[in-house]
Amino acid sequence: MTDETRTEISLLVNGETSVLIVDNRRTLLDALREQLGLTGTKKGCDQGQCGACTILVDGRRVVSCLTLAVTADGVGVTTVEGLAEDGELSPLQEAFVRLDGLQCGFCTPGQLCSAAGMLAEHAAGWPSAVTRGGTPDLDEAEIRERMSGNLCRCSAYPSIVRAIQETAVSR
Amino acid sequence: MIVGTPRPRLEGRLKVTGAAPYAADVPVPGLAHGWMVTATVSRGRIRELDAAAALALPGVLAVLDHTNSRRLNPDAANYFGPDGSLPLLQDDVVPHAGRPVALVVAETPEQARAGAAALRIGYETEPHDLGFALDHPAARPASTLFGPEADTGDLAAELAASAVVVDEVYRTPEETHSAIEPHAATAWWADGHLHAVDTDQGPYGISRVMATLFEIDRDRVHIRAEHVGGGFGGKTICGAQLILAAMAAEHVGRPVRVALTRRQVFLATGSRPPTEQRVRIGADASGRLRAIHHHAAFALSPLAEYIEWCTEQARTLYAAPAIRTQLTAVPLDMLPPCTMRGPGATPGSFAFESAVDEVAERLGIDPLDLRLRNQPSVSPVSGRPFSTRRLVTCLTEGARRFGWGQRDPRPGVRREGDLLVGTGVACAAFIAGTFPSSASITAEADGTFTVRSGATDIGTGARTALTAVAADALGVTTEAIRLRIGDSDLGMAADAGGSRGTTSHVFAITETAKALREKLPGADLPVTATVDTTPLINWQPDQERNTYSAIFAEVTADPATGEVRVRRLLGMFAVGRVINPLLARGQLTGAMIGGLSMALHEEGVHDPVSGRLVTADLAGYHIAAHADVPAIEADFVADYEPQDTSGVNGLGEIGSCGTAAAIANAVWHATGTRQRTLPISLSRVLSP
Ligand code: FES
Ligand code: FES
Repeated sequence: MTDETRTEISLLVNGETSVLIVDNRRTLLDALREQLGLTGTKKGCDQGQCGACTILVDGRRVVSCLTLAVTADGVGVTTVEGLAEDGELSPLQEAFVRLDGLQCGFCTPGQLCSAAGMLAEHAAGWPSAVTRGGTPDLDEAEIRERMSGNLCRCSAYPSIVRAIQETAVSR
Repeated sequence: MIVGTPRPRLEGRLKVTGAAPYAADVPVPGLAHGWMVTATVSRGRIRELDAAAALALPGVLAVLDHTNSRRLNPDAANYFGPDGSLPLLQDDVVPHAGRPVALVVAETPEQARAGAAALRIGYETEPHDLGFALDHPAARPASTLFGPEADTGDLAAELAASAVVVDEVYRTPEETHSAIEPHAATAWWADGHLHAVDTDQGPYGISRVMATLFEIDRDRVHIRAEHVGGGFGGKTICGAQLILAAMAAEHVGRPVRVALTRRQVFLATGSRPPTEQRVRIGADASGRLRAIHHHAAFALSPLAEYIEWCTEQARTLYAAPAIRTQLTAVPLDMLPPCTMRGPGATPGSFAFESAVDEVAERLGIDPLDLRLRNQPSVSPVSGRPFSTRRLVTCLTEGARRFGWGQRDPRPGVRREGDLLVGTGVACAAFIAGTFPSSASITAEADGTFTVRSGATDIGTGARTALTAVAADALGVTTEAIRLRIGDSDLGMAADAGGSRGTTSHVFAITETAKALREKLPGADLPVTATVDTTPLINWQPDQERNTYSAIFAEVTADPATGEVRVRRLLGMFAVGRVINPLLARGQLTGAMIGGLSMALHEEGVHDPVSGRLVTADLAGYHIAAHADVPAIEADFVADYEPQDTSGVNGLGEIGSCGTAAAIANAVWHATGTRQRTLPISLSRVLSP
């Protein structure tokens, strides 16, 4: 039932279409978590400051806590649950596990989605604040700069960077 | 032998696929959502609380406040003693800003939040005091729960006979744990039993507190904490999220989830208190220390006892004929503080190891050399031998790898472009030991073993480490081990805190494995052994037991902007036998980054007029991000802890201890100016 407080939207999440009625106040993060049961995406601050809720919307990284669900009608969403294909971990996920790019794991879904989006941005030639002319190599400084929206209080940063760099090189 | 080999964490796959369930993730049928409301004044009383408008909103089921809430037992306690902050919503008193004053329960989080916004609350404001200082009129000696203060030798005489005396005051601000997972709990009642999925560091201990608060038997309280999104001490206390969820679930007769907002985590969960520390150190001209006096003060709340044990380094790092420690508590109108990574030792080592560096500076002695010259052969205060003490190796091996030998001792002279460059060193000790815990192991008919322990894995790798230990103790591969942790029903266990979680649970599991192996020959399977280590723990060991570290830092300072950046960080650690070097390294580098963050970024700031926390979000309270973190290395020196049957010591906290001092000492070397107040922010570098 839709009325002035509720809206019907359709989302393509991890390749599956879902039609749902959302409270107009509901964030995309809460729609994923509370209505679609996709609790892999985490709420670390609900105000765009930690990156734990990062997902991919039409391939671009987005903080889902600052996205109202009603504005996402018709978009394609990839969450951490959609990164593995047919039960096989993506190279990024595999590198995170092997190199221990996580501790408590709470920031991890956001780090992974952010890294996937970041690698695509880099492949498309986007510069960052530390890029000095030309097409940047994805060295540690570039990765750190581009990943700085994703906080990790366990501070698994060194191994997160290693995992991303290794994945980037082997692409 | 599995212990000692680097292996990825067992739940890694669950965590990278989003399948690991945390407290706010567990689906519960019929769930209602609670939204906490916190006091906006820093001291006073609730004059009126009008819930009518909130209750009229769609979906709102109830508003709990002090007028309608069930009574809670006021005798609940935390680790340090009675804790008057635990019984929530019992009266109209507001002891500090951020005190929970109501909970709005509704069908959805949005409705609960709207209800919370519609509450009308009026306060009677009373004057508050947050003016922390070592010489505050209310200052009093801190609790001596951790033992008496040190007082050996004739301090005045040794100071008088010293060639140089450093006498300085160091300050650290209020700091918050800021685990990325905000505190959340889901609770429900069934047949007089309380069930909850909670965010905490020790469900067994929490179940005891909840049993006291709600006046029911502990075995009617079932708390699960299967995956916890970071703790750092901030989830050791029985949290408001759990108490309120349990009260509300009883009130509305449905399961209730209370998930704190980030802002509420800042306002309503304890932080590391500010400290002010006076350190006096006297030395003779050859660099031998004669007198050490460390007097540290920290803030606390009158509601609960607490100890920020800053004076630990002074009593163990160096030999001196006179050593005195003093710890002062200053009660203020603040939220009760809570242990945070390296409690006491982290702020304490910043002050103490900065002062030691100042002694080296005044004597013109290399700071590494000064530290090496004053190593004690036995504990300088207790006179007991050390069970193991590989600190010298940490210092010398670290110096070799870091390239300390080439260091130009002069401060403020190395430039690279516009930047000043400097290096610094500090060391630290952290007390180690074992707390009582239990474990039970079942040898199953299919050849596997089910291991039950009340341990939690808050990101420490406990699940992986304990599985390895159990496999070795039973002589099987890890595939044969099914470990169950994170549930108060799994038996008494120490919480994951004080760097004692792993040692305590490892001891319980190895003793249980031993008991099981004695039972096994000829037994009908399944067969179970259970051991409680309480009677096995030696509380009066004749040796002093610590972990040790030496931290080396290289920084740059920009004289134009005041920005300090850490360029290199190396930590050498002596932490007993290492169970899993891959995970241990992550723990240690993580803690070192915590120390870096403390040194340069973190500061809880209160508005001087209202007393409210200004920095109550992750934009105002900066924690180190990817771009703040340089090349960083942590490594171990060979070590074995003889007091432990497996040779291990805890390593969750030692990494954060010496880091801030090493960075501050490097900033001095870069700029020629001592930074005695943390964080070393831009303004402090520009105008010290
Ligand atoms: S939860 Fe969205 S940025 Fe923190
Ligand atoms: S792994 Fe714990 S916050 Fe990143």
